[in-house]
Amino acid sequence: MQPSIISLLIAALFTENFVLVKFLGCCPFLGVSKKLDTALGMGMAVTFVMAIASLFTWCANHFLLEPFGMEYLQTIVFILIIAGLVQFVEMFVKKSMPSLYNALGIYLPLITTNCAVLGVTLLNVQNNYDFIHSVLYGTFAALGFSLAIILFAGIRESISEKEVPQCFRGFPIALVTAGLMAIAFLGFSGFSI
Amino acid sequence: MEKKNSILTNGLLFENPTFVQLLGMCPTLAVTTTLKNGLGMGLSATAVLIMSNILISLLRKIIPDKVRIAAYIVIIATFVTIVQMILEAYVPSLYASLGIFIPLIVVNCIILARAEAFASKNSVGKSALDGLGMGLGFTGALCIIALVREIIGQGTIWGIQVIGGPVQPAAIIGMPPGGFIVLGILIAVINFIVSKGKEGGNK
Repeated sequence: MQPSIISLLIAALFTENFVLVKFLGCCPFLGVSKKLDTALGMGMAVTFVMAIASLFTWCANHFLLEPFGMEYLQTIVFILIIAGLVQFVEMFVKKSMPSLYNALGIYLPLITTNCAVLGVTLLNVQNNYDFIHSVLYGTFAALGFSLAIILFAGIRESISEKEVPQCFRGFPIALVTAGLMAIAFLGFSGFSI
Repeated sequence: MEKKNSILTNGLLFENPTFVQLLGMCPTLAVTTTLKNGLGMGLSATAVLIMSNILISLLRKIIPDKVRIAAYIVIIATFVTIVQMILEAYVPSLYASLGIFIPLIVVNCIILARAEAFASKNSVGKSALDGLGMGLGFTGALCIIALVREIIGQGTIWGIQVIGGPVQPAAIIGMPPGGFIVLGILIAVINFIVSKGKEGGNK
């Protein structure tokens, strides 16, 4: 049974938000969220890679691993596909869209170790999604990641101008903020169409 | 001998991967709902970290510089797959509760960071020790967070009831938001203690 596209979208964006509910992709979420524009760039790059990665890993799993009964190699094959894709995307963006390349900077290669990307490809297999649902889930999950990181960057920008107790400066206050955001997202739980 | 001790304590305390370097946040936040999960995750990651550090250190002169990151990832992914199979066979309950975070050890930044920063430059013995120190530091941090969250969130330690009667556990601490908040407060407490310690030292 495949879920409807709208329920997939709502789950990925709100009720099962990748960062705030599933804890996937926390490193870039905490690391690259100090400024709003870098957060935007990161969100775009991740969305791009996650959509393509879902597409390729589904094909690899369906046409290569399953026919030969080698599902146990999933982790290795998927991470290689992702690493290769990120490299390819980096070269492509550099050549055809230099302005975007400059905006994304070092965040492009870092996407390889973003666990949201490997996570979504593994979840696609776990949930037995077909081709279309895999690609859509990858895209929607990445949009959920972008939503969270952009909101978070907005809050962090204004926190940085406030007087925060010395021992809470930097990461601790960011983590507590993320926790409060997660509570807000918890309000969506149970919501489905 | 002193040098070896310092490699070990470096990972455990001064460069603790979780509390000081803030690496590997995803598993730290996701699996620390109970002490059992935290310990299981920590030990699995430690095993992968030691083995990958040893192998990468052995191969450090063979792997060409240009493809080193890809080579590291393949080595790490291999060990993660082995650990995943062992857990599935011998501790299926832990395997089920850690779920997707077992294969995700591959992209745990701690392991790749140690491979790049330490194992690729040091001898096998030192790299193994570094893996052990960092791994135990990670495990210790996970256990502390998990202990706090399990006591407040469920009123239990290792599944045994410690808080009961009229006191209701605060379930929110066991849920995703609790992970962020507990870790944030723990780091703040550590910052506070460290800054007090420094002030005391100056007096």
